[in-house]
Amino acid sequence: MIIANNINKKFGRLKALDNVSVSCNKGECIALIGPNGSGKTTFIKAILGMVLCDSGFITFNGKNILHDWEYRSKIGYMPQIGRYPDNMSIGQLMIMMKDIRKPKNIQLDEELVNKFELDKLYDKRMRTLSGGTRQKVSASLAFLFNPEVLILDEPTAGLDPVAAEILKEKIIAEKAKGKLVLITSHILSELDDLVSQVIYLQDGKLIFHKKIEALREDTGQEKLSKAVATVMLKGR
Amino acid sequence: MVKIFKYVIIDILRNKIILAYTVFLLVLSLSIFNLEDSSAKGILSLLNIVLIIVPMVSILFATIYIYNSAEFLELLVSQPLKRKTIWLSMFGGLAFSLVTAFLVGVGIPVLLYEASSAGIMLITSGVLLTVIFVAIALLAGVKIRDKARGIGTVILLWLYFSLLFDGIVLFILFQFADYPLEKLMVGITTLNPIGLSRILVLLKMDISAMMGYTGAIFKDFFGTNIGMIISLLVLLLWIVLPGWLSVRKFNHKDL
Repeated sequence: MIIANNINKKFGRLKALDNVSVSCNKGECIALIGPNGSGKTTFIKAILGMVLCDSGFITFNGKNILHDWEYRSKIGYMPQIGRYPDNMSIGQLMIMMKDIRKPKNIQLDEELVNKFELDKLYDKRMRTLSGGTRQKVSASLAFLFNPEVLILDEPTAGLDPVAAEILKEKIIAEKAKGKLVLITSHILSELDDLVSQVIYLQDGKLIFHKKIEALREDTGQEKLSKAVATVMLKGR
Repeated sequence: MVKIFKYVIIDILRNKIILAYTVFLLVLSLSIFNLEDSSAKGILSLLNIVLIIVPMVSILFATIYIYNSAEFLELLVSQPLKRKTIWLSMFGGLAFSLVTAFLVGVGIPVLLYEASSAGIMLITSGVLLTVIFVAIALLAGVKIRDKARGIGTVILLWLYFSLLFDGIVLFILFQFADYPLEKLMVGITTLNPIGLSRILVLLKMDISAMMGYTGAIFKDFFGTNIGMIISLLVLLLWIVLPGWLSVRKFNHKDL
């Protein structure tokens, strides 16, 4: 579904992505793991077309994304730090997003909006929101349009345990529907029961892309956190 | 396109600066027309104020708005929208609201008191100047990442266009006073939209006779219909060129 082919991206002298080639398919739940500054967010932004690669290309359903923009209607994106227009209220933001994406014969998925009880906060301005509430808004928006692909950048960072659990259940439910889910997270323990594959990036390089069973076998560790720790130590 | 445009307009109207700007222009033009004994003189006083204030407010407001919309732009770029659409809607929204403010604040009083060809020219050049300086602001806003540097740059640009440029031209004129520079001056004028607008309005009034030999040359060129059309085209070029460059830059920007 999403194929990245030898993509490179430099920010000044820093190589954020170095010849990364990855292919992601439907029904997979892929964890993007790597130390801070390893290029995870850059990779996600490259898929979304927010960052333009220096070389290489990315295809979405077989079409190069470079001059395409309609493919983004099939993606729900939850950014690491949700940044929204300050003087808009949650309600106005929701109405605007619905208006922009104009879902034709797509059932809106308002499960998260209801479960996070955002409708009670509809009049609150975005600038007055706490980090956690912002995350809830981001998550609700990512799932709202029932997209085929979900890209979640640190989804549970800043969420309270109850909200994090709601979000996790939602991710599992969507994965079961055959959607492609890409998650980055540093809290590996919570990825254990979510992901089916692992992409490991370091210094912008793709170290491996494996099924989680294969990773467990290779490292002899049952828990994802231990397995990844083993790999990280080996890398040094 | 229309949708984003609509949201930009709503957002701009929500902060009351545009409203205050409209009221300010309105009070200014009404008081000038009421103070001067002849409304033609009013146009002249208004011209000098419009040529300073309109570019300044347009370029500063547009630049600050672009920087403050960084989040909004980031949000929109991750949605199924063309980048060109997003950027042109931004441009359109800013230009539309500032032009409307100008038309209400200066356009209506001018039409009421002095609907002569000079008055019409004043309105036209004010509208064009507004859009030109919005376009320049967009180019600066997309080229320069740092907010303080960006705003500093546009202030310097405004100073350059409204004060420095004339100083440089005068300097050249005095240094090369022995040479026939009049024709060259016509060319140099097109490099500054503010100067060009000033000449266009002045030539619609009778005072161009007081501008000496250079004024006669100007009248020869800008006074004719062809010259007028060419100068309006030059002003349009001042909109299209920075606008187009900023779209190109925005298409390749990492957000």
